[in-house]
Amino acid sequence: MNPILRTVLQRLGLGLITLFVVSVVIFSAVTMLPGDFATAILGQAATPETVAAFEHSVGLDKPPFVRYLLWIGGVLHGNFGESFSSAGALAGGHVRTVVSLVTPRLWNTLFLAGLTAGIAVPLSLVLGMLAALYRNSVFDRLVNLVTLTSISVPEFFVAYILMLFLAIDFPIFYSLANVSAETPFLERVARCTLPSLTLILVIVAHMMRMTRAAIINILASPYIETARLKGVLPGRIIYKHALPNALAPIATVVALNLAYLIVGVVVVEVVFVYPGIGQLMVDSVSARDIPVVQACALIFAVTYIGFNLLADIVSIVTNPRLLHPR
Amino acid sequence: MSAEPAELSSGTTDVASPRWTPVSAAWRALRQAPPTAWFGLTVITIYLFFAVFAPLIAPYGEAEIVAGAYEPWGGDYLLGTDQLGRDLVSRLIYGARNTIGIAVMTTGLSFTIGGVLGLFAAILGGWSDQLLARAVDILMAIPQLIFALMLLSIFGSSMTNLILIIAVLDSTRVFRLTRAVAMNVVVLDFVEAARLQGEKLGWIMSREVLPNILPPLVAEFGLRFCFVFLTISALSFLGLGIQPPTADWGSMVRENATLINYGDVTPLLPAGAIALLTVAVNFVVDWFLHKTSGLKDER
Repeated sequence: MNPILRTVLQRLGLGLITLFVVSVVIFSAVTMLPGDFATAILGQAATPETVAAFEHSVGLDKPPFVRYLLWIGGVLHGNFGESFSSAGALAGGHVRTVVSLVTPRLWNTLFLAGLTAGIAVPLSLVLGMLAALYRNSVFDRLVNLVTLTSISVPEFFVAYILMLFLAIDFPIFYSLANVSAETPFLERVARCTLPSLTLILVIVAHMMRMTRAAIINILASPYIETARLKGVLPGRIIYKHALPNALAPIATVVALNLAYLIVGVVVVEVVFVYPGIGQLMVDSVSARDIPVVQACALIFAVTYIGFNLLADIVSIVTNPRLLHPR
Repeated sequence: MSAEPAELSSGTTDVASPRWTPVSAAWRALRQAPPTAWFGLTVITIYLFFAVFAPLIAPYGEAEIVAGAYEPWGGDYLLGTDQLGRDLVSRLIYGARNTIGIAVMTTGLSFTIGGVLGLFAAILGGWSDQLLARAVDILMAIPQLIFALMLLSIFGSSMTNLILIIAVLDSTRVFRLTRAVAMNVVVLDFVEAARLQGEKLGWIMSREVLPNILPPLVAEFGLRFCFVFLTISALSFLGLGIQPPTADWGSMVRENATLINYGDVTPLLPAGAIALLTVAVNFVVDWFLHKTSGLKDER
């Protein structure tokens, strides 16, 4: 177990360094670069006193290094600061913290992503294995053509086509996914059907093609040939010989596509007006609400890095060469 | 931009027998091409034709308000009008010009940055290579669309910013590929010989290494173009990419999206235009890769 543990720890350490650098990039990209946020938020007519008060209240008058420490310290305590939309608080309005904006939407996004992944992952693994086993059959060619097409079209095209056929021409599902915290579970699932279906179509195509390639790669290797020649049954070849070696590439495929899902949700949430974190980020970018953008970017980046790290670790842990060292 | 299909087909001459002229070899390769590749090439040619001659073909101006909002199909306005009363056919045609033009410019810029730095890193090696590779690792650790959204929120969404941001973010992938394939070439004897002869870095990059890594780079250009094209369309669709009144397919989907609730397929037209082009380019790239590289078992 020693070499495995060492490699995993190395990989984790590298992941932590990446996280740190990414947090610095997100912070500095937003804070050190040009753009006079105070006037952008308060309007051109703001007096110098109001601007100074605003800059002081959100901490823009401190040096960048101190601001980074304050920011990252707050983030580690679950405090992302205050949204710029609470600039009105200077005049006595109520303060809106970033956390209060982000948390409910993060849950919604996780719900949508979870629903999608729960269906898409098993489906694409089965389809990918079938396509690899029956390579060059009509089924394989058909699946190949369909998936190549659905990878190359934009998500909003798939989304609107589904909406047109399944919600408007044949009103089976809800066309808008406007859920709230009080929506009961079953209705929530029903409202999420179309957004989730869109995401499933997109990521199943990716995952299926990658699974197919991974399995074909393994089935072409000499030791499978040997097993076949010495008369091992086909089922046993798959379970005993191919699958243990296919676990690593398949886990990588799944993790990479879950990471891809994170980006896919942004567009789909906007199409179906789903109150998720992607839509929040888009709205905040238009409003140039920097603390919210920072928080959303950090959440997306951390999830993305996390999945990539997970993929690496799974492929290290399931590597038979490392599991049975000589 | 019209050089793209020509470039794709002339690239295949590298693997064909040298006694043929590039033109005849390209024609030979074309005749053997599968129907999907033919379909792709035809679609790309038609799109480029519309993009280049947009002002001559379009019946009305790009931002010209010709009638009331949301006129139905037929009559003077073949596909009706949009939310401000602009002719949809004209906007679709101008959209080809703007959307494809911007995507080609961005991909070109991304290839210039990524390709030059990739060759640079592969030839020089050492600490400059390490520095560049680590910087790229960090840039790639953040999802591209999210990074682009963040940068656009800082710099504001103008066309120049859009092109620069996407090109820089996308050049990371070009860098990785160029560096990886160039690494295999720089260790060969003729590069060593050129080095010992005292050739300058620019000569080694452009004359010794580049011609030998061209086929994978050309295929990658097609794939990156699709990706850039989809990213820009997605950003425009989100309202953060190409800004009005410029006609652009992504924002046209957004502007006419409400029509879908009445069972009107109009918003699907610009979306379909985007989809058709990316599918076409993918078909051509697929065929090109199949022809030039050892990726045959992937299909």
